[in-house]
Amino acid sequence: MWDHEIRAMASTHAIIAGSVFMATVLPTVLVPGFSVYGTHLLWLYSVSAAVAAVSGTVFWLLGVTAPTKKHTLGYKLSRLFRSCVYFFLSCLFFHTVVVLYGAPLIESALETFSLAVLLSSLTTLRCLCVLGPNVQAWIRVFSRHGAMSVWDTCLQITVACTLIGAWVGAFPIPLDWDRPWQVWPVSCSLGAIIGYLTGLVVAPAWIHYHRKQLTYKCK
Amino acid sequence: MKGLTVLSLLVWLCAVYFVGIYLFVGGFLLVRLEVNRTSACGDVLQPGVEPLDFCQSRPRFRRAVILIIDALKIDFARFDRSNTAPRPYENKLPVLEEAVSSRPSQSRLYPFRADPPTTTMQRIKGFTTGSLPTFVDVGNNFASSAILEDNLIHQLGQMGKRVVFMGDDTWENLFPKKFYRSLPFPSFNVKDLHTVDNGILQHLYSTMVGDDWDVLVAHFLGVDHCGHRFGPDHPAMSDKLTQMDGVIRAVIDRLQNDTLLVVMGDHGMTDTGDHGGESQKETDAALFLYSPSAIFPGPPSQDEPDVVPQTDLVPTLALLLGIPIPFSSVGQVLLPLFAPHQQTEAADGRLSQLEALWINTKQVNRFLETYSGLAKDIDPQSLSELKAQFARLSSEYLSALREGRAPSQRLASSMQDYLTAVRDTCRATWARFNPAKMAGGLAVLTFACVACLVTSELSVVLTEEKRAALKAPATVAIAVGVGVAAAQLLTRGYAEAAWSLAAGAISSEVIFLWRAWRLKRSAVLKNGAKASKLSRWLIPRRLLLPWLAVALLRCASLLSDSYVIHEGRVVTFLLLSLALCVPIHLNWNGHLLPPTPDPLKSAGLLPSPTLTPAAIRKESGTLLGCLGLLVLCSYLSLWFHGCREEQGLCQPSPFLSPLSRLQDNQLKNIYYILSVASLAVCAYLLRLCLCHYGNLNSSGGSAFAARWILPLLCVCTGLHWAVGATAEDAFRQLAELIRTAQLALPRAAFCLLGAALSLVWADPLTVFMKTRNAASSRSSALPPPRYRASTGISPQAELHHLIPQIYQRMRRSLEDGELSGGGEDDNRPAVEAYGLGTVYSAPLLLFCGLLGVGLLLLHPEGMSLAFLLLLLEMGALLHIHASSTTLSGSPGANPGAFNVPWTPVVLWSLAASQFFHATGHLPTFPSIQWGAAFVGFPDGHVGTVLPASLVTLNTFASHILFAVGCPLLLFWPLVREVRGSRGGRGYGEEGEDAVMEMRLRENPHQFSAALLQLATRYLFILGAQTFSSVCAAAILRRHLMVWKVFAPKLMFEASGFLVSSTFLLIGVTLVIRVDVAVGRWFKRLIPSVSR
Repeated sequence: MWDHEIRAMASTHAIIAGSVFMATVLPTVLVPGFSVYGTHLLWLYSVSAAVAAVSGTVFWLLGVTAPTKKHTLGYKLSRLFRSCVYFFLSCLFFHTVVVLYGAPLIESALETFSLAVLLSSLTTLRCLCVLGPNVQAWIRVFSRHGAMSVWDTCLQITVACTLIGAWVGAFPIPLDWDRPWQVWPVSCSLGAIIGYLTGLVVAPAWIHYHRKQLTYKCK
Repeated sequence: MKGLTVLSLLVWLCAVYFVGIYLFVGGFLLVRLEVNRTSACGDVLQPGVEPLDFCQSRPRFRRAVILIIDALKIDFARFDRSNTAPRPYENKLPVLEEAVSSRPSQSRLYPFRADPPTTTMQRIKGFTTGSLPTFVDVGNNFASSAILEDNLIHQLGQMGKRVVFMGDDTWENLFPKKFYRSLPFPSFNVKDLHTVDNGILQHLYSTMVGDDWDVLVAHFLGVDHCGHRFGPDHPAMSDKLTQMDGVIRAVIDRLQNDTLLVVMGDHGMTDTGDHGGESQKETDAALFLYSPSAIFPGPPSQDEPDVVPQTDLVPTLALLLGIPIPFSSVGQVLLPLFAPHQQTEAADGRLSQLEALWINTKQVNRFLETYSGLAKDIDPQSLSELKAQFARLSSEYLSALREGRAPSQRLASSMQDYLTAVRDTCRATWARFNPAKMAGGLAVLTFACVACLVTSELSVVLTEEKRAALKAPATVAIAVGVGVAAAQLLTRGYAEAAWSLAAGAISSEVIFLWRAWRLKRSAVLKNGAKASKLSRWLIPRRLLLPWLAVALLRCASLLSDSYVIHEGRVVTFLLLSLALCVPIHLNWNGHLLPPTPDPLKSAGLLPSPTLTPAAIRKESGTLLGCLGLLVLCSYLSLWFHGCREEQGLCQPSPFLSPLSRLQDNQLKNIYYILSVASLAVCAYLLRLCLCHYGNLNSSGGSAFAARWILPLLCVCTGLHWAVGATAEDAFRQLAELIRTAQLALPRAAFCLLGAALSLVWADPLTVFMKTRNAASSRSSALPPPRYRASTGISPQAELHHLIPQIYQRMRRSLEDGELSGGGEDDNRPAVEAYGLGTVYSAPLLLFCGLLGVGLLLLHPEGMSLAFLLLLLEMGALLHIHASSTTLSGSPGANPGAFNVPWTPVVLWSLAASQFFHATGHLPTFPSIQWGAAFVGFPDGHVGTVLPASLVTLNTFASHILFAVGCPLLLFWPLVREVRGSRGGRGYGEEGEDAVMEMRLRENPHQFSAALLQLATRYLFILGAQTFSSVCAAAILRRHLMVWKVFAPKLMFEASGFLVSSTFLLIGVTLVIRVDVAVGRWFKRLIPSVSR
């Protein structure tokens, strides 16, 4: 039924995963002294920027974004501005949540905020792309009958995978193994990105295998 | 309400858990009583004929150098010339072999067998006291790890010998202020191979050359740390052993003639470099003895011992250095070091072998007599055999001595046999894990967890059961227990309580499970083919349920030492995760937000929602607000954590130290005001809550306690803090008054607390009744109530029909009164009852609050902030649970089903663990707040029961509060219900349903089932945690950290379970007590109204 859409989704996801890969490989070649553990923050921002740029472009090109009512430039600009504000707010939100979960409050605030930026660009940005700056819609999407299209279901899966990945990533931190990836926030960001990539793979596959059961209300 | 059934089931479950824990702990924790007596020169241990002062005679050696190389396994010390390709740990100490082969009369190398547990601290205790240390040396002062038992270092000090120590700082903790000079180096960092060793080497040689020492103890840690870090099979080990070889050579070169050199390892290591257990690789260390002058008669002969037990070093060293053998030593002298008995040379003061043995035998016998007089854990049969053996030996020796003939060789060997027998008896009693008991304990605990789960799943069936569900299991348990005891008596001559208890517990569990299974089947048959609930447990999908995942993670975290060390944060993390799952889950099911207006619904095609959008929005707001409060509380609670030694960079909370220790006066004032303010807020919130639900209007005992005793208690506590915070010499004139106040205020508070708790127990009803038809002539004109006519109905049935009617009538009259402002035009007989809606929860809440203030009194002042957080978090959890119940619509959808789901129960138990840490406690012995024992008893105690219970109450304060408050989870959705539906009163008959906790009264069966289910669920979660802690101790009993992390954790978890389950039972009993009181109240009410 949605074979076309599933195919589009799979290729989109392949492009995004490729961008994550490139964001890791390219700086290794170009920037001297770059490594995932050593210059972790740099890697985080490079991945965030790559994911943000690529998914923004791809979703805009595919036209998945919720249709706007008005087409004036001013409205579009204000929408863009609101999206930016929402993105920033979500960074703050994630930062707060991560601190409440036990991250150091002051010492490594920069690291924590970088993780928040990464989480925002993996989750909030996709919400912004698919649903637009509309918090009500975001809350609505994460309910059993809230998904209104294949893209909404896909959004549910990737966001859940990313957050669970980041959550699981916190587990090795207290262990006394003294590995470089146990340093805050490396394991969490690794977990988030691995979860995100898993979500990218799982979402089209899951939708493909459940396409018979999936029914959507009209938009 | 079947109070008795519920209680008996719970008591049985707790008892089974206790038996399991008792059995396991009995096999795992080796307990020994410490004898606090010391030997002295005066205890003449010489043969009684010539009373010469032992300490005055010239000892064989004036000085000794004791080099302890931690984890020096015997394999490291041996040298094999034929081995051409040695492994990194082989052939690296050639100096020992050279000495033994080239100077056989001066040196020996023995395998040196340690007793488990093979950890450094226990071993140091072992080869200084000569005893077999166990994990719990009863009589040990837990607050400090100092050795109080008689030991070599103490005896050396008594004799005026100057003991110089350098190396592992464990010694400094074990023997504080006992050394003439001490150079301790930090031992904690296992990764650091060189700090300790290099520190010793800087001072060792210069000290040896000087003359201000008699005994030099140097403890090297490099080999052990190398083993932990790299394992023995690593080049680093080769370097380390080669370095040690150089050290031994250098020391030998600097020895003088009257000096003995002892090189020894305290334990061995496994092939992975760990130790702690009882395998031969871990226990067999090396012992190398060397003297510049000849001590041995010649090269090693046939009668040399193959293996030297570690305890044997103590009497040997003591006699060679001329000091009394430590009192509790059970070692035997190393005979080759003493002159053979043929030669009798009193000239150089050397003891002959037989003399040494005799001194040793007398000392061991004296210890055995003292110990068996104090403790009864030595098998009486072998004890009497040993006594007889000693009597024979002593008469034989003394008669030989009196007759002047040389005692026979046979006597020496029988003395050796005696000493060996004593040591083996003691070892069998103290120093061995008992795997059978451990396995038995694990089995009982497993079955107990299963039984708990089954009870919680089948609570409805079990409470409806006509026959007492426990009669058969209890009978069988007693029969089997007595049978096992009798069998033991017949076969072995004595009975061990643990085994008969275990047999009883197991058999009763099996019978119970079998009966439960049959009940389940018959219930399924009765209700038609319903999917079996137990089989649903096995579906892997259920593992993804958040509560189950969190509970499993919590249990799994107890198996890792890192997670146990950081337990406080781990628990908070899990609590937050699970709490955040609640709104996410609600949103997923679409309950969190009011449904969007749907054309289908407005057309009336779908049933209208039970809650109005406004009510939903309000409930969601409450839920999210409480979630925020919960998150904030748990975040703030991190400030109140203490610090473990293993945590490294960690600052203990400043609130943990008592105010009197603060120097800065201004800071002290601020802290004091903060503490008192938070105490006041606690009390105010409690009062506000009771007042809000109208529970303070009555004139009963509970209301009196809430209105007067609670504030008075708080005032007492505040004054006590103020008195306690005064500096030592601030008010010299008032010193007497202050001392009196320190004594009187807390005691007054304890008395008030006791009075208040017993008042709540005696008169738990907080219902205020106002009969408005009193003395009204019109009431007699009313038609008699309808039920009067139906005389055929039994009184019990009347009651059942009547209560709802009365309640409805009361409500109506209450509302009428509210609406019309007066009762003038009311012509119905009416009763107003304030606080009937919270009749169950109010006494429980009050009980909890009073207990909380009482427990706070035992804590440092700063902890009152933590207690405020605890109260707030409890409230937040209750509200979250209530709101989510309301939102997911279960009370409306299925009235009468009061089941508390798993999620809040898991949250509740996590919060209990969280606040255990947030009140400054840690599962380690040094962190126990001993100050609690002296609250109200500043001059100490006479007995041990009172201080022990005070410390227990202090340690498990949060467990106690959460366990007592557990039934609140059942009541809170009902308490909160009225507000939600009042918001929606405009919508039909919603208001009439709001009967709050009277619903429970209307459905006594479901009430008792739900209560049983809630209690068993909580018990199950607690039991599962204890079980996993027990498993951790059993599986990891060879782990490096077992005596540092897992064993204390097990002790705390087990005692926490004991305390929690006891107080859970108290809470449930209180609920049942209230239920009985409510029943009486209604009985009194009915005649008075119907008249």
